[in-house]
Formats: sequence, structure tokens, C-alpha cells
Amino acid sequence: MACSTLKLNSLSITNNSFSSRRGSPSLSTTRRVSLPIRASSYTDELITTAKTIASPGRGILAIDESNATAGKRLASIGLDNTETNRQAYRQLLLTTPGLGEYISGAIFFEETLYQSTTDGKKFVDCLREENIVPGIKVDKGLVPLPGSNNESWCQGLDGLASRSAEYYKQGARFAKWRTVVSIPCGPSALAVKEAAWGLARYAAISQDNGLVPIVEPEILLDGDHPIERTLEVAEKVWSEVFFYLAENNVVFEGILLKPSMVTPGAEHKQKASPETIANNTLTMLRRRVPPAVPGIMFLSGGQSEVEATLNLNAMNQSPNPWHVSFSYARALQNTVLKTWQGRPENVEAAQKSLLIRAKANSLAQLGRYSAEGESEEAQKGMFVKGYTY
Amino acid sequence: MSNFKGKYHDELIANAAYIGTPGKGILAADESTGTIGKRLASINVENVETNRRALRELLFTTPGALQYISGVILFEETLYQSTAAGKPFVDVLKEAGVLPGIKVDKGTVELAGTDGETTTQGLDGLGARCAKYYEAGARFAKWRAVLKIGPNEPSELSIHENAYGLARYAVICQENGLVPIVEPEILVDGPHDIHKCAAITERVLAACYKALNDHHVLLEGTLLKPNMVTPGSDSPKVTPEVVAEHTVRALQRTVPAAVPAVVFLSGGQSEEQASVNLNAINQVKGKKPWTLSFSFGRALQQSTLKAWSGKEENVKKAQAAFLTRAKANSEATLGTYKGDSQLGEGASESLHVKDYKY
Repeated sequence: MACSTLKLNSLSITNNSFSSRRGSPSLSTTRRVSLPIRASSYTDELITTAKTIASPGRGILAIDESNATAGKRLASIGLDNTETNRQAYRQLLLTTPGLGEYISGAIFFEETLYQSTTDGKKFVDCLREENIVPGIKVDKGLVPLPGSNNESWCQGLDGLASRSAEYYKQGARFAKWRTVVSIPCGPSALAVKEAAWGLARYAAISQDNGLVPIVEPEILLDGDHPIERTLEVAEKVWSEVFFYLAENNVVFEGILLKPSMVTPGAEHKQKASPETIANNTLTMLRRRVPPAVPGIMFLSGGQSEVEATLNLNAMNQSPNPWHVSFSYARALQNTVLKTWQGRPENVEAAQKSLLIRAKANSLAQLGRYSAEGESEEAQKGMFVKGYTY
Repeated sequence: MSNFKGKYHDELIANAAYIGTPGKGILAADESTGTIGKRLASINVENVETNRRALRELLFTTPGALQYISGVILFEETLYQSTAAGKPFVDVLKEAGVLPGIKVDKGTVELAGTDGETTTQGLDGLGARCAKYYEAGARFAKWRAVLKIGPNEPSELSIHENAYGLARYAVICQENGLVPIVEPEILVDGPHDIHKCAAITERVLAACYKALNDHHVLLEGTLLKPNMVTPGSDSPKVTPEVVAEHTVRALQRTVPAAVPAVVFLSGGQSEEQASVNLNAINQVKGKKPWTLSFSFGRALQQSTLKAWSGKEENVKKAQAAFLTRAKANSEATLGTYKGDSQLGEGASESLHVKDYKY
């Protein structure tokens, strides 16, 4: 039996000021406040923000790599991991003209939220001008989960409320928290519960401070399991997630999801076609995602740029109750990085290549993408076994 | 974990989808012997088998009515009954394109330590009973769980117990070829406002779907029978549009798109009120990936009963009343009901009975 459902009842708050009304004499005398407290004064804004991010033909550019991870990206093109280089790279991306036609939101790492262009223009202002909503990664990374089967859990709840309020002041309007689930490790019931509960707490705190929470339980691509197993695990994970979100009185019209697509494990002998991936993923969504959720922004998780686009396109061939879109990091940036090579003279070309990927995914969101003319680089897989951010 | 894949997988999906055909809905005619006795008593008719049979025959043979009905829920006795001419009811229904359904729960009992909250009985031997009903022609089942709103209710215990009872029942049905109607009725009794009803409905439905998921139920092969979201019976009324908005929003927040249809219970609303509310629900703009239809008992039969009064010579008049309500609700599922049906005697009469027990 799911004993966790008895754990926390957010409908009951012990109230010490007893009224003169008497309940049944056989019960305790604590009065319960029965109206759930929904996301405070920000509810309408959250709903509007979520809708803006989930606008047709647009998706999210994820550039929230931590400094360590950004370092890996820079190293791959021979650059040192300095603040100047990180700033230069993000500036390249965020000042791409016309980006707002295909991108509705950009996720920042904390450092980047407070940075500006070399001309002194705040990054958040660059985005606002393009009607792109700034977002912020708020989790503090994964650490080993004691008592589990070598699995991780995501930290970041301590002081989250005040950090979120600060980020809101700086201009962020949505947040992101990435936890992971590993199929080769089970996943254990403990790991799934922890992932789901952490996301639910984070989501409630975010909404309370004006940030639309992106809910991201990434089911890692690692493993040799077939697609049926991924579907099974995904359904379990999302069932837990939505139940705990509901228990925490999260407003579903003011969240976004960032799921992994339902695919076979990276080491599984058979690759699945975009249509198979689309069918399995849509089945999972139909069985688990309440229609009130406005947007589902898929992560790419190591797929090649073209694969990620093709799969998204396959999912948008028929109508569904949500906005099915993208929140891609590597699948949008890979070619950009390689084109830039850290040289100022390559900036324009690099920005053009970003627009190419952004436009391709925009078309995929509308179900109108064709892979003709894609470069070889764009088709290279980016799966790294045991990938840690 | 994903749903179990039994031998009835495809059939369950097809039958559930059929019940949710737009323009059709369910006639709940599964009153237990005790309950139907109350109905008959209200029109001074004796509670004997011939009378119970006659009433159901009247309903099932109404010319032109069954086109608006995709399923009829029967009580066990009725599943094995026939028309006066000897034709089995299940055949009458099947020939008219109506799926026979069967009530399988064994009523509610109180949960000790609560203030009158209940759980529903009926799991013992349920698998064998379902298999038997399937053989007799039933293709869907119904199990009514009951919750109430009060100062301390519904309790965690009541929500959990009723949700998990529904989930056990649901998967056993699916193992035996019956589409389970999942019915977590939150009684309308009380002075609470519509916001409280909405919050509790959302909470209860979230718990139900968690339980169904934990029990590997195939959602595409189920139906949901919830209450509409309304103010409590002792609270000021609101317009149908307000009921509709809160009801649809509650469903959007809790019911996965994989569920093919939501068939509302009427819960004491008058015939006309139930139709008007259902109509408003179907007019709400927004995401509604499920069919939104009816599973009405009292709200389909009240004026029919009054017109019949147990007399053979009134059958035609009674059937006309039934046809009127069936058509009205059919239109309501399409959002085209204009509220202009000839109101039979009693059609506007509230059918609310405080702390209603089936």
C-alpha cells in the first residue's frame, strides 16, 4: 500500500483558536482549516507566464549549465573556463537577432542571470526585448541517495524561498529543477518517491515566489532496456509526481513539464523510429498528465540535434491537449559551439547556426519539420554514458 | 508501473470508447431491491418482482429512446429478467446498440473512528461474480464509493480507503472483461460553498488516479462517474455556467486524457437542473479531451415514474416522459440543449434527500 499518501495532509492545519462550535465528541478537538492555500498573489501571473512560454512555434533554450559543465563545453573547443569566456558565449547566444521568433524562454545559471553584454546591457533585458521569458536553475545538483541502489537525489530546498524571491526581483519568471531516475539502478521505490516529493516541494515554493516551476524528472537514457520498460518507469514516475504536486496544492495551470521522451535505453540493440518514440511518449502523456498543464517541453538528453527535432516533430503530427515543445541545451548548442570556436569573427555564423536549429525545432513544434538539408554535424549523437551535469 | 495487459485489453478500450459516444450517455437503472422499493412506494406501487420488471421494461422498450443511451446499469436481478413476452433484457438492449452494465458493489459500511464516513464493500469473490456477469452479457460495471464534506471530512483515511477500494474493484473488473465505472461520489449535503467542493473534488480525484495507477489499471478501459462541482445543498445556488467552469477545471487538473469519458452522476439535482448543468459543462471553452456525458438514475426516471404510477394505461405517457429526458440529456452532451423540453410533472423537482443512502 502506498503509505506515503498518509504522510502529509496539506488540508489540515492545526488551529489553536477553538471556536465555540462543537464537532463530534469522539474526535480530537483540533479544528482543521479545510480550504487549501493555493499559490498566493502570483497565480494569475504564473498562468500568463506559463502560457507565454507555451506559445505555438516556440520552445526553451536551456543555457543553465553550471560553471563546471560550462567548462566542459568550452574545453571541447579549446577555451579556458573563465567568467569572461562564459559571458562571451552566453552573449553570443542571447544577442542572436530574431531569436524570439522561435524561443519563448531561456534558462540561466545563477551567474548568468546577473551578467550583461560587453556593452553593459543586462542579459534579462536582451531577452525581454525579444519576448523571451528569463528562467533560472534553482537546484543545487545531485548527490548520492543513502539507502538506495547507487542512485541520486536532488538538493536545493534550503533557503529556496528567499533565493526564488531574489531571482524574481532580478527578472526571472520561471525556475528549473532537474532530478534524475536511473533504470539500470531499479529504479528503487525510494529514489522515485524522493524525486517526486522534491519536485513537488520545489514547485510549491517556486509558485509562492512568482516563478513558474519547470518540473523535470529526467529518466536517464543509460541502459540496455527496451522501450516498454521505459514506458513503465515513466508512468510510475509521473504518477508519483502528479500526486505529490496535488498534495502540495501546486496550481497546474502555472507549471511546465520537462520530461524525457520515451525511448529505448542507449545501449539497447534496436533503435526506435521517431513514430514509435512519439507513440510511446504520447501514450505516457495521455495516461499521466492532466490537461490543465499548459506546456510540455521535452529534454533532449543526449540525442543528436536532428534526432531530437525529428522526434518532436513526430509527436506533433496530431492534436493533443498540451503544447508539446522543446527545452534543449546540447541539441540547440552543439553546432553553435563548434562554429564559434571562441573566435569573434565566427560570432555571426554561430548565431546563424543557432537560428537554424531553433527554427527547425519551431517547425517541429508545429509538426511541419523535414530533415532534408541537415548537416552531418547536426546528426551526430551526443550520448555520454553516465553523464553528469 | 504500466497497466497490466489482460486478454480483454482491446475489448475494454472499444467498449469504454463506445459508451463515450457523443450524443449518448448512461441510464442508471441499478437501484437495489430496497431502493427501488422506495421509488415504487412514492407512486403507491407494491415492491414485487413483477412491478420491478414492468418498470424496467417500460424504460428499455421506449420507442426512440435507446438511440440516446450507450449503456444501462442494471441491478443483478434485472440482468436475468425478460420482457413480459419473454425476451431477455440483455437482448433488448444489445439489439438497440446499448451495452448492459452491472452494479457489483455490496453497499457501504461505516469506517470506525470516523464521523459517519464509509467504505464500500464487495471485493470478496468479485472476480468470479464479474466473470459470471460477463457470461450473462454485461460489459461494464459500477461501484459507488461515497465521501462527504464536513468540518473534518473527508479524512485522509476515507479518501485513501475509498480510492484504493475503487482501484482494486477496477482491476478485477478489467481482468474479467468489464469496463469499470469509477465512481467517487462526494455528497452534496452541507453548507459549504462551491470552492470547497472544487478543492475536495480535486483532492479526491487525484487520490483516485494515483490508486488506479498503482494498481496497473488500464485507464483507456475505464470511465469516471464523478459529482459535478456545486455549492453544498444548504448553500446559495449558483448559475450553471459557474458549476460548469468549476467542474471542467477540476477535471482538467486531475483526469488524464487517456480516460475516454466522464459520465456525471446527478446526485439529487432535478431532471432539468442536471440537463442544464451538463449542457453548460459541454459549452465551456478549453481543454476537454474526454467526452462529458451523463450516468443518471433519478434525473432520468423521476417524471417517468410519476407519469406511470404503476398503471398499464399510463405506459405510453410514461415512455414519452422518458424519451423527453433522454433526448434532453443527449443534446446536453453536445452543448445544444435549449431547455425547452416539455417539463413533465416533477422535472424541476429537486431530488435531493439528505445523507442519501442507496
